[in-house]
Amino acid sequence: MSLDRPLTRNVRPDKSPTDMAAYEANGGYQGLRAAMGKLSPGDCLQIIKDSNLRGRGGAGFPTGMKWSFVPMDNPSGGHKYLICNADEMEPGTFKDRLLMECDPHQLIEGMILSAYTIQADVAYIFIRAEYLLAADLLRQAIAECHAKGYLGKNILGTDYNLEIHVHASAGRYICGEETALINALEGKRANPRAKPPFPQVSGLWGRPTIVNNVETLCNIHHIIERGADWFQSLGLTTDAGTKMYGVSGRVKKPGCWELPIGTTVREILEEYAGGMEDGYQMRGFLPGGGSTDFLVEEHLDLAMDYDTIGKAGSRMGTGTMIILDDKTCPVGFVKNLVEFFSRESCGFCTPCRDGLPWSAQVLDDIEHGRGLPEDLDTLARQVGFIGAMGNTHCALAPGAMEPLASGLKYFREDFERHISAGECHFSNSKTGGAG
Amino acid sequence: MMSEQLIKVLSDVETALSEAELAEIDAELAHVPTPSGAAIDALKIVQAHRGWVSDESLKAIASYLDMSAAELDGIATFYTLIFRRPVGDKVILLCNSVTCWMKGCDGLQQQITDQLGIGLGETTADNKYTLLPMTCLGACDKAPVMMVGDDLHEDVTEQSLQAMFHDAGGKQ
Repeated sequence: MSLDRPLTRNVRPDKSPTDMAAYEANGGYQGLRAAMGKLSPGDCLQIIKDSNLRGRGGAGFPTGMKWSFVPMDNPSGGHKYLICNADEMEPGTFKDRLLMECDPHQLIEGMILSAYTIQADVAYIFIRAEYLLAADLLRQAIAECHAKGYLGKNILGTDYNLEIHVHASAGRYICGEETALINALEGKRANPRAKPPFPQVSGLWGRPTIVNNVETLCNIHHIIERGADWFQSLGLTTDAGTKMYGVSGRVKKPGCWELPIGTTVREILEEYAGGMEDGYQMRGFLPGGGSTDFLVEEHLDLAMDYDTIGKAGSRMGTGTMIILDDKTCPVGFVKNLVEFFSRESCGFCTPCRDGLPWSAQVLDDIEHGRGLPEDLDTLARQVGFIGAMGNTHCALAPGAMEPLASGLKYFREDFERHISAGECHFSNSKTGGAG
Repeated sequence: MMSEQLIKVLSDVETALSEAELAEIDAELAHVPTPSGAAIDALKIVQAHRGWVSDESLKAIASYLDMSAAELDGIATFYTLIFRRPVGDKVILLCNSVTCWMKGCDGLQQQITDQLGIGLGETTADNKYTLLPMTCLGACDKAPVMMVGDDLHEDVTEQSLQAMFHDAGGKQ
């Protein structure tokens, strides 16, 4: 059993799923067996706090701290909920699919222990509708757990009860935002909610609710089984654990790998992704999905962890990098992203609903040679208005502005040349039918 | 007279859902504290049976869940995978997010249009396929990707696309 790559230890070369027998044969559900009846919810919470696990969905919020806001006294005896956010839709992100398709029981075991820690009695896996295989495997895993006494009433002979339901979404990127997700689970339009109240206190159906990403939850039973010190020792920098890193774009071997958190961008790009395809140079990269700021060559030797990438002016986000190469138009690249965010805006907040289509239109004008010099000022103003935290309920709008703001910074000459020349100077510009 | 008509309309609405649909919706209702909580599930159930959600279906679901049709339509139209217009036997979900865009999804879209004679949001005349753009499908290492019905197709090329729709009649 590989202790330094816990999340992918059951991932086979052919990516075939690990069933209950194979999972248990490799030590699966030992964490659950070790904890139930022996560790109190408070003990588990302390281990997770001490481990310094940070949310792998993109925000990097400390998981133990998030959980600690859930009220543990429950005089009314009402439900508390754990929700697994499996609505993987961030452009360029393909890590949770791998974890769920290859090792569904790892997620279930993590969820049982997480739910136990916050004393939730009902849990949901909110999964995007397109992940049909993962949803089937998870339903099957849940049924296997009921048969084994790992789910249902009196889990492993204790007085703890838990049901897990798989809930397939009906589409829309915004459902990945935790309060929007809660509204979607309640059968409503997925508009994010104003905070406070935070879901930990008043979430699904007004009850205490924790929403965690798939990768975050997959870590939990490993940490509880092996301890906070072990988890801390896996990281190369101040962050703890491993991270599912990915690379897509014009690299020789696009893919997704579990590596110690804090591995450098260069190592991920050159050693794991095999470097750029022949004939392509890297111009920049989004470190963790479509809503993160560009970084460039000078950042290649930075450690991929939350704080280091944050200090460089971006975010580690989901940890799955998208590479901008020298034969792809940066204006077109940014336009694709802003059009995406414009389409996916829930439409509730004015800066997002109206500002994103406006920005997309300006970018379309520039890309197709209709741009004016003052358009760059317009875009900069939009970045200030749409990108400011606090102008909108949720982070979709600020996230949408990250590739635009940083694109204007690092690739300004490309924007200016489009405007002065009145055309896109990339010969294989993939502007599609819009032009 | 009016009231008799109204009663007839209402009773049609009440009986518009099949027993199988009602049984599945009832199973979802058991999990939620208010009927409207099952709105999305009910829409998906009816769509699974009928292929899409017509105005009549929508009204029947709304009535059953004790919601206004307008409120339910606000929910139905929010979600990209609830279809308020008829779709073909298989829906093509073409990823056009940034990695697939870099790897040529616009060219694939054009080829689909040439082969099947449909643009985004359109359905072939033989009702086999509907083409829709889709948010990142989470397989970016295999870009460009698309789904046809329930199947994910990775590393899609001009040739593989040609083979995928070889049985389609070309431009209508």
